[in-house]
Amino acid sequence: MALRIHKKKILSRESEIPTASLADIVFLLLIFFLVTTSMDPDKGLGLTLPPPGEETKRHKEDILPIFINSAGEMLIREDIVSLNEIKEIVKRNFRKNPKLVISLIIDLNAEYRFMVDVLDEIKLAFNDLKKENPDFKESISLATPAF
Amino acid sequence: MKIKTKAKSSSKIPTASIADIVFLLLIFFMSVTVFKEYQGLKVELPLAKATKKIERKRMITHIWINARGEINVDDVMVTLENINTVMLQKISENPATIVSLRADSRVKYAIVAQLIEELKQSNALRVNFATLTEGGEPG
Repeated sequence: MALRIHKKKILSRESEIPTASLADIVFLLLIFFLVTTSMDPDKGLGLTLPPPGEETKRHKEDILPIFINSAGEMLIREDIVSLNEIKEIVKRNFRKNPKLVISLIIDLNAEYRFMVDVLDEIKLAFNDLKKENPDFKESISLATPAF
Repeated sequence: MKIKTKAKSSSKIPTASIADIVFLLLIFFMSVTVFKEYQGLKVELPLAKATKKIERKRMITHIWINARGEINVDDVMVTLENINTVMLQKISENPATIVSLRADSRVKYAIVAQLIEELKQSNALRVNFATLTEGGEPG
């Protein structure tokens, strides 16, 4: 018997991964990340505190004290001022004396927002001063109450 | 006269590259996303005009103080007395930690002042008073 060797031809099968749905899957992932990305960044007023134990003596003329009482009234040196005046006063004083340090002295019963309001005005003044003089160094000190 | 029939032109938009484009977008968003890690307390942040973004998002320690004076550090309720220990640990993990102080606008300054004093003692010197932008979007 004649053995017929049946040579099977190896079929060259087309082996392709279907990629049509890939885009859909990736779109889903993309939408997930789009939704979860928090678009509200942490914003605020930055302040660098002095290291503990560091106390520097300064001349009285180099200090610009700003007082805030529990009712939110403000006093710079000896004058009662309103919130929108602070910016100009700070700018004027810093132009006269670049070594100035602002000292914020706040009543412990005052609300936190009074402090932020004043800090904001000071920051605005500093931003303007920085535009005039890039070397400008901000210096705010928060008075330490005795606990 | 013969009327010419319009030749049907095959108008297919190539879709093979869509996946690549979307992948790029996906990778961008994946690398940008920082998940909100902490729940925090309900606070009404004060408004300010000179607000700035904190650039280093991954180095922030959040401290919440609500109107009742309760303090929460990264979702752990603490008291003013033991905030020092918590902060020292955070500072030892990352010396460049930025503290984002999310205090309610009505909270008494005494609490904030005491907290700042504690932060100073634990060497957490980079503080950011979280505010909303005046006239801006609520958040």
